[in-house]
Amino acid sequence: MNGAHDLGGLDGFGPVQPEPVKPVFHHAWEERVFALTVATGFLGRWNIDASRYARERTDPLTYLRSTYYEQWFRGLRLLLVERGLIDAKELETGRAAGPGPVAALAAKDVPTVLAKGSPTARPIDAPARFPIGARVRVKNLHPKTHTRMPRYCRGRVGAILRDHGGQVFPDSNAVFAGEQPKRLYAVRFEARELWGPDASARDSVVLDLWEPYLDAAS
Amino acid sequence: MAKHDHEHDHEHDHDHQDNRWSELQLRVKALESLLVDKKLVDPAALDVLIDTYENKVGPRNGARVVAKAWSDPAYRARLMTNATKAIAELGYSGRQGEDMVAVENTPRLRHMVVCTLCSCYPWPVLGLPPVWYKSAPYRARAVREPRAVLADFGVKVADDVEIRVWDSTAEVRYLVIPERPPGTEGMNEEQLADLVTRDSMIGTGDPLKPGAAQP
Repeated sequence: MNGAHDLGGLDGFGPVQPEPVKPVFHHAWEERVFALTVATGFLGRWNIDASRYARERTDPLTYLRSTYYEQWFRGLRLLLVERGLIDAKELETGRAAGPGPVAALAAKDVPTVLAKGSPTARPIDAPARFPIGARVRVKNLHPKTHTRMPRYCRGRVGAILRDHGGQVFPDSNAVFAGEQPKRLYAVRFEARELWGPDASARDSVVLDLWEPYLDAAS
Repeated sequence: MAKHDHEHDHEHDHDHQDNRWSELQLRVKALESLLVDKKLVDPAALDVLIDTYENKVGPRNGARVVAKAWSDPAYRARLMTNATKAIAELGYSGRQGEDMVAVENTPRLRHMVVCTLCSCYPWPVLGLPPVWYKSAPYRARAVREPRAVLADFGVKVADDVEIRVWDSTAEVRYLVIPERPPGTEGMNEEQLADLVTRDSMIGTGDPLKPGAAQP
């Protein structure tokens, strides 16, 4: 979807404000939102693509006014209700109507599940459509649902830099239409191809793009 | 605007922000209580998660990877061939680092990592991302004007060096291996790791010079 999350190339946000490594969290509620999001993510009711899509569905004005963990908090509440872990009335009143449908992640299991992670690499049989160095054009697609193809690269021509192999396809996984693994490539674009003649003649941007996003270019 | 008015506005902003955070504190607490009541969340598990990323997993891990790559050519070769495996040799793996790629700076090529669509970041080696990495200015500008962004970090790159910006649009996580600073010959891995900053592994900073302290 063409949401406010797709920020690459926008002007007017001001300078980047560097900060030291500590503190990791800046308010007590931020660490709880972080931990609630990660802990409920292990309950098997959604995947990482669905959780990104939940945050993206915030209206653009609200998204841009929100801090990062406010975006997470809003996405979490949406998913909890949509995926049937709580109902809308419970969310509104804060009172539990009964126990949830699945068991909580136990404290003792946290190190194990973090170490295991959620790998998204999937072996696929289909041979690579594009060899390293091949020129490709990103399709000009504007899906209404989740995609990982930023607007700024659509219609642009780049060259295949790396073949990452098969990976879960976020466009389908985000809407629970299956993992449908597809080959993923790192594609290198000249800065001038993306940003015009005022950009550096030397610089480049690399994006990870799935095979269905790409056409062969001459 | 007169100085007086400016100060007034500033105080007003602070009050507004304080209200915003205290309201959020209450709302987050209410959601946590509900999820605990429904036995969907174990509060002790939340504490373990917070402690893990606040105190245990952070950029010191990545600094050890970089220091080893600087010191041990065989390790560097393994890291450039299969970063996930090479990083796991040091005990760092798992969530948000399942599929790692190391990209190495050279005198002609300088890497920088961003996630324009959200906040993808290699947690096992760098911990959780800083606020600026997740915020609009960096996400909007890194791909479009990387040299201006580097200037915000006090870094100037010569015109004849390629800046290659990696937009993390998939689950592959990128770790920048900065160039080893001159004057570090004879330093051991622990001493070298002290020079490797978080920002140098994102690509927005340089390693410290020998004798300088970590920020």
